[in-house]
Amino acid sequence: MILDLKTKVDKLGLEDRVSRITKRSLKSEAKLQGLKMILSMIDLTTLEGMDTNKSVEQLCYKATHLHQEFPDLPNVAAVCVYPNMVKTASNFLKDSKVKVASVATAFPSGNSSLEVKIQETKEAIFNGAEEIDMVISRGKFHSGEYNYVFDEIATIKETCGDKARLKVILETGELGDYDHIRLASEISIKAGADFIKTSTGKIKPAATLPITLVMLEAIKDHYYNTGKMVGMKPAGGISNSKLALQYLIMVKETLGNLWLDKHWFRFGASSLANDVLMQILKQKTGVYQSNNYFSKD
Amino acid sequence: MSKRIKVLKTYKIFIDGKFPRTESGRYTQLKKDNLTIANVCLSSRKDIRNAVLSARNAFESWSSKSAYNRSQILYRIAEMMEGNKNQFIEELILQGEDSNKAILEIDQSIDRIIYFAGWPDKINPIFGSVNPVASSHFNFTILEPMGVLGIVAPEENSLLGLISSIIPAILSGNTCVTIVSEKLPLCAISLAEVISNSDVPNGVVNIITGSKDELAPHLAQHMDVNALGINIDNKELKNQMFFQASNNLKRVVDVSKYKIEDSSFESPYIVKKFMEAKTTWHPIEKDFTSSNNY
Amino acid sequence: MSSKIKSLKYNGKWDFSPSIESIENLSIQKEYQLFINGQFQQPLAKKYFPSINPSNEQQLSRIAKAEAEDVDMAVKSARAAFNGQWGKISGKERAKYIYRIARLIQEKSKELAIVETLDGGKPIRESRDIDIPLAAAHFFYYAGWADKLEYAFPNRFPKPLGVVGQIIPWNFPLMMAAWKIAPALATGNTVVLKPAESTSITALLLAEIIKEAELPPGVVNIITGDGSTGNLIVNHPDVNKIAFTGSTQVGKSIMENISGTNKRSTMELGGKAANIIFEDAPLDQAVEGVINGIYFNQGHVCCAGSRLFIQESVYDVVLRKLKDRMQSLLVGNPLDKNTDIGAVNSKQQLATIQKYIDIGVKEGADIFQLNCELPKSGYWCPPTLFTNVSQSHSIAKEEIFGPVLAVQTFRTTQEVINKANNTPYGLSAGVWTDKGSKAFNLASKLKAGVIWANTYNKFDPTSPFGGYKESGHGREGGLHGLNPYLNLE
Repeated sequence: MILDLKTKVDKLGLEDRVSRITKRSLKSEAKLQGLKMILSMIDLTTLEGMDTNKSVEQLCYKATHLHQEFPDLPNVAAVCVYPNMVKTASNFLKDSKVKVASVATAFPSGNSSLEVKIQETKEAIFNGAEEIDMVISRGKFHSGEYNYVFDEIATIKETCGDKARLKVILETGELGDYDHIRLASEISIKAGADFIKTSTGKIKPAATLPITLVMLEAIKDHYYNTGKMVGMKPAGGISNSKLALQYLIMVKETLGNLWLDKHWFRFGASSLANDVLMQILKQKTGVYQSNNYFSKD
Repeated sequence: MSKRIKVLKTYKIFIDGKFPRTESGRYTQLKKDNLTIANVCLSSRKDIRNAVLSARNAFESWSSKSAYNRSQILYRIAEMMEGNKNQFIEELILQGEDSNKAILEIDQSIDRIIYFAGWPDKINPIFGSVNPVASSHFNFTILEPMGVLGIVAPEENSLLGLISSIIPAILSGNTCVTIVSEKLPLCAISLAEVISNSDVPNGVVNIITGSKDELAPHLAQHMDVNALGINIDNKELKNQMFFQASNNLKRVVDVSKYKIEDSSFESPYIVKKFMEAKTTWHPIEKDFTSSNNY
Repeated sequence: MSSKIKSLKYNGKWDFSPSIESIENLSIQKEYQLFINGQFQQPLAKKYFPSINPSNEQQLSRIAKAEAEDVDMAVKSARAAFNGQWGKISGKERAKYIYRIARLIQEKSKELAIVETLDGGKPIRESRDIDIPLAAAHFFYYAGWADKLEYAFPNRFPKPLGVVGQIIPWNFPLMMAAWKIAPALATGNTVVLKPAESTSITALLLAEIIKEAELPPGVVNIITGDGSTGNLIVNHPDVNKIAFTGSTQVGKSIMENISGTNKRSTMELGGKAANIIFEDAPLDQAVEGVINGIYFNQGHVCCAGSRLFIQESVYDVVLRKLKDRMQSLLVGNPLDKNTDIGAVNSKQQLATIQKYIDIGVKEGADIFQLNCELPKSGYWCPPTLFTNVSQSHSIAKEEIFGPVLAVQTFRTTQEVINKANNTPYGLSAGVWTDKGSKAFNLASKLKAGVIWANTYNKFDPTSPFGGYKESGHGREGGLHGLNPYLNLE
């Protein structure tokens, strides 16, 4: 298979399209529906050096008890943690529908041997991870060793088998330009990714609307070429509902109905959930909300 | 009924959109008829250093703004000045100008800003070009801003001269550090206030008061200043600046050659002096079938 | 590509709720008068005609119909203003008046956008984000030229022409008024302007702004009316120049009328622009450019990319992307902030568009139309696509002025250049390719006044706009836009 910079992306044209999308106006029913969808698509994330069992458990509790006043709200899709926290999360969440996702493959840098990455993945799955968020080797990518990048993804996918779905993090902030993001997307998709994900959240820029659009277009072309669906996850930097809704509108207008589902679209976020709750409450009551009434975890 | 005590103004300098005192703590007293009318900061080379840093940081985003955007901002400066006319008139009078002349000077200053506000998006259509090179290339020349400018404003015409030194220089995207009139510095600070109210990004204009003899050489020798625009009567100081500027080949524009008080000052040629020409080549591929040589 | 793969669906799961711009604080007068010599005054014969909101066929207002005496009065007052105050003040002072107009447009932008949408049918998002800001920008740009004319043309100290008669169309009403009035004023001329019959109201609001800006009386006169009013302006002996934007047909008759006189002219007429996608184009952005080029503003754009040429090797992919993208276009209430395609401007125009759609089908092209619900009243046309179009089809030759795209294929650069140029029109063209040298080659060979490479429908006050051949002559915008309003001898 020839992996090269074949598909072109024009930056200005891309940003024009994004600009049109951000001008969409969501009101009343449509807004409420959107907010609830967002909530159901959140991967509640904690990836800190100082994570402890208790702090992870607290996050899991929040994942399953979003707001006492509105029990009709959906749960978040998943909780995302480091491999050494998977067991804790998995135990806590075993009776819930919230999935356990684990980062792996020497997250966030990816600078380790393949053996270490495979081992880490196996352990995470063994401890209960149902989703694996891996990182691609950006160094290899920039050296032009696209086949290496491809092979690595395929290997991890094989390791996951049918036990876990594989999300591939491109770390778009390190890739340079939209043409490269498109190429990285295509490589990951062809190598077997179940999801392609923008960022580790550890550097800026993390997810942006134009980056996401490039990735969604890659997914769309793949669908029409093969009939297969691949999911997408923007992560990092999405801390308010307004922005999250713009992402969702972008999904709607690019991929349509099928992808408006947590099985195919996720938000990698931590503080987004509270903002969505505040907006939902505002939609229901007509009154602007304050941070004080929503638990900070 | 006791007389209301006036709240006196403190004259600070203007760096990075803020109004700090001089880092050196020094000041001079501006006197008129033996009365102190103001304590003015006697700035030091460290202030110059800070101002140049700020101007350098501001250059990228100021020069990337669209010409239209910069026009709007300059126009806003004029609007704000019109609103603050009285403040300027009072200060000009305080510095010794006769009131009719003061009114004339502020009106002329505002009108001059409006004149230059119309130039940003018209310089390139006139002075840029598409060059009909002999090979099959699209070849075009555009004028671009230079970067950070060191400006020395004239001693006389403290407001009009100051405006005339700054506005033509920044309209194309340059940022500046300006040393103002030593004898008549009051309007400079009021101008800084107007600028800070006019959507001008921090660092685009920096205004320094103090001793010209002491400060100008630091600007002239600063390796991160790209060009100087100077209006200096003292021949020795002027020549010294030309000499010192050679250390990194700064372009030096002698603004004193232009008649500030005359409307002939209003021309694009002074704007052009603070710009560089860049020429770009790109092939135009001829058709496979219609080519001459192959 | 397997044909068994189902097309993606974009509607029905999560649809936008209405997001209607409020018109609570808006007041449109029941009746508008002519603006002559700085005052609003009734037409002498006291005749009026209705202005309809094309999205619901309701009457918005009554507009004055100017007849011969009114036109004469307007020209006389423009002449007096030219010989008087306006001719005597300096460029600097002229500039300040024009800046005032620009500022006032900015201040009243919301109201102007809403009225533009109600009167013309275009979506509020377009009026708000494109029409009104560009109108203000034109005034700002040309204000800056008023006192700099001696730099515009080497070795020349230009003089104004006198009284200019300007006739503008209904597709960008306020923006067209700005394109005409701004350069005319900056160069020292005075104006008699006739807005389009179906969209007069924003021009009249502009008249109010001009009055508020305290422009000397007679400098700008706004004369509403119909085609006959336009004729009166064209034929008036004391008008020095005619600037017309509209159909090629009317343009030709105007040129006939002024032939043999000393009147100067600029014509900005129709087009049938080719939009060309090469296989090495950034395809998703090219598709967006095509959509933008033909469907926005309901296709009522003289420079619309109404002929799409797709290089054959990427035909299937591009068509699929086009059809998918069309699914997200929303046709409906222009006041809804999400509407992409508003109402067709008038009953007549809708009839014209429909006529061409019927012709297209009859000629044997394959039609594809967005399947969407259209409002019960008003004039609507969903975005339409014809494939299997050949160069000789009427829908590939004649200007439709609606959201109808004719798609053809090509194989080589030379072939598409020939086909693109094979038209009496020459207003604009679009080229999509990632290869710079190819883009410049096409730009050098296409016979059109505006070439958009890897973009489409971009406008800027500094960028000259105008056509070759039957798309007209003269340029609007930029330094070149000064030329038509000046005497350079």
